[in-house]
Amino acid sequence: MQQLCGGEAEKEVATARAIWKGALKVGTASVPVKLYSAVQDRKVHFRLLHKTDKQPVKQKLVSADSGDVVEYASVKKAFPLTRGRMVLLEPEDLEKLEPDDSRDVTLTRFVDVGEIDHRWYERAYYLGPDGDAKAYFAVAAALEKKQKEGVARWVMRDKEYVGALRAEDGYLMLITLRRADEIIAADALQAPGGRALQQREIEMAEQLLTALHGKFEPSEFRDEYRHRVLELVETKAAGKKPKVVAFRPKKQKEDQLAGALEASLAGLKGKARG
Amino acid sequence: MAEDDLEGFDQPSGLRSFWTGTITFGLVTVPVALYAATKSRGIALRMIGPDEAPVRRTYVCTKDETPLDADDIVRGYEIEKGKFVVVTDDELEAIEPRKSREIDLRLFVDRDDIDPMYYNRAYFLVPSGGTNKAYRLLAEVMEKKNQAGIATFVMRAKEYLVAIIAENGILSAETLRFEDEIRKPQDVGLPKVAKPAPAEVKKFETQIVKQSKKLDLHEFLDDYAERLEKLVAQKEKKKENIVKAPEELRDEEEGGGEVVDLLAVLSRSLGGTTGGGRKPARKVAAKRPAAAKRKTTAKKKAPAKKKRA
Repeated sequence: MQQLCGGEAEKEVATARAIWKGALKVGTASVPVKLYSAVQDRKVHFRLLHKTDKQPVKQKLVSADSGDVVEYASVKKAFPLTRGRMVLLEPEDLEKLEPDDSRDVTLTRFVDVGEIDHRWYERAYYLGPDGDAKAYFAVAAALEKKQKEGVARWVMRDKEYVGALRAEDGYLMLITLRRADEIIAADALQAPGGRALQQREIEMAEQLLTALHGKFEPSEFRDEYRHRVLELVETKAAGKKPKVVAFRPKKQKEDQLAGALEASLAGLKGKARG
Repeated sequence: MAEDDLEGFDQPSGLRSFWTGTITFGLVTVPVALYAATKSRGIALRMIGPDEAPVRRTYVCTKDETPLDADDIVRGYEIEKGKFVVVTDDELEAIEPRKSREIDLRLFVDRDDIDPMYYNRAYFLVPSGGTNKAYRLLAEVMEKKNQAGIATFVMRAKEYLVAIIAENGILSAETLRFEDEIRKPQDVGLPKVAKPAPAEVKKFETQIVKQSKKLDLHEFLDDYAERLEKLVAQKEKKKENIVKAPEELRDEEEGGGEVVDLLAVLSRSLGGTTGGGRKPARKVAAKRPAAAKRKTTAKKKAPAKKKRA
């Protein structure tokens, strides 16, 4: 199913499988669902190797004081306090903090689509029906019709999540949301000030935006650098010497705003004619 | 075995701008500095060894377990099981694309065109050096037209697809996932969309309407962190399990919340002062005791030299 996107060095990724099962609680209804990751990270994964034998290194814990190896089982967690103190937390203490196991995805409220700023979105998952597909598609259709998304809470692998339940092309998606202390709200900041912009500049900039306006087609963009890294790996694997392309920074253009805008527009018009 | 997992390097959440460059649209250049608009989550507990000293991670040789320095470690890509191709920093640098210092906006799209699934991380852009006129101009027209500028750019040896967005006169860069990182419903084996029974849809619609309320950011508070703080406060009160913190931990006590500091830095960079505007997220966060915002840096103190994603 997965498309191979790079050269040979690219590894094929197995077809995605459900990573969790649960039940959507909408009012008194319980809709069984499976959860699938909607994103797959395509980072080039390197391993850290020991220089001499080119074999992967192992990770160990050591004491910052003595440098001696510390066994994982003997490590305690600590929370730093003020005045040079800290509190040690026993494993039993921490266990008690963990949320209760549950398979419920509880909808706490529904909000208008767009009310949750995209900056809250963290990671997207598909929900699929687990058995009863009728209720599943009915929830998706109802969300679409009302143009709403749900605020959902659930516990997955001992961790609590808050997410947005959305309808997308007839399917349900669950997007995990960031927490309040992870986000700096844009309106907590003040926009930079200065002398008022000239109407002429605004108009020209608007024209420029219009001229450059298009549709967002994700397929038109490719992670060029990742492909170059994979190419490099392949070249070296074949025992060849990698070619080196020098980095040449682009020259800065003069920042004469009105002039630059005029020249940009003139350039675009020229292109359109030619 | 150690994976080359260096998230801490890739996602700096600190106070310094870690990328400066220019946004260009047409022949107009906008010099900017980039700051993280999100930070990693919550409280990281510190690991303490039996000698009550902090514990750090180190790498050892698989064969004889001798600890390794950064210079003893190289990076390799596994081409088949147990067989690696070594790739050096210099080689990776040599193939970095040329446009490293420039975000060239050649495409502007309607903001609603971007599927929220694509958004990954947000960064604030602040004017850097000289006049801020071009910055304000770009922000003004993009916001007015509700458009986002799209480009790719390179930061920290990784290529990003990015949407430049203007909100309240402030520009932000939102990294987007590439298309091959997004799965389609068919890729995960979802069945074809079936037409549901109108009565059942109606039933859910009624429930949705019944439960429709305004968004409340208090719902986004970190419950686990709150329970942890409560437990810590209890122990502190009962003087239970309180010990002297090692030197390494004390340095981190200075200077309170990272968010607040970052806010101050950003405000200064934008030429204003803190305290303007509404701050829902911060207000919510501020309800927690000060200790909660003290974020430890265990993750950042990773070993070995400069790393790559």
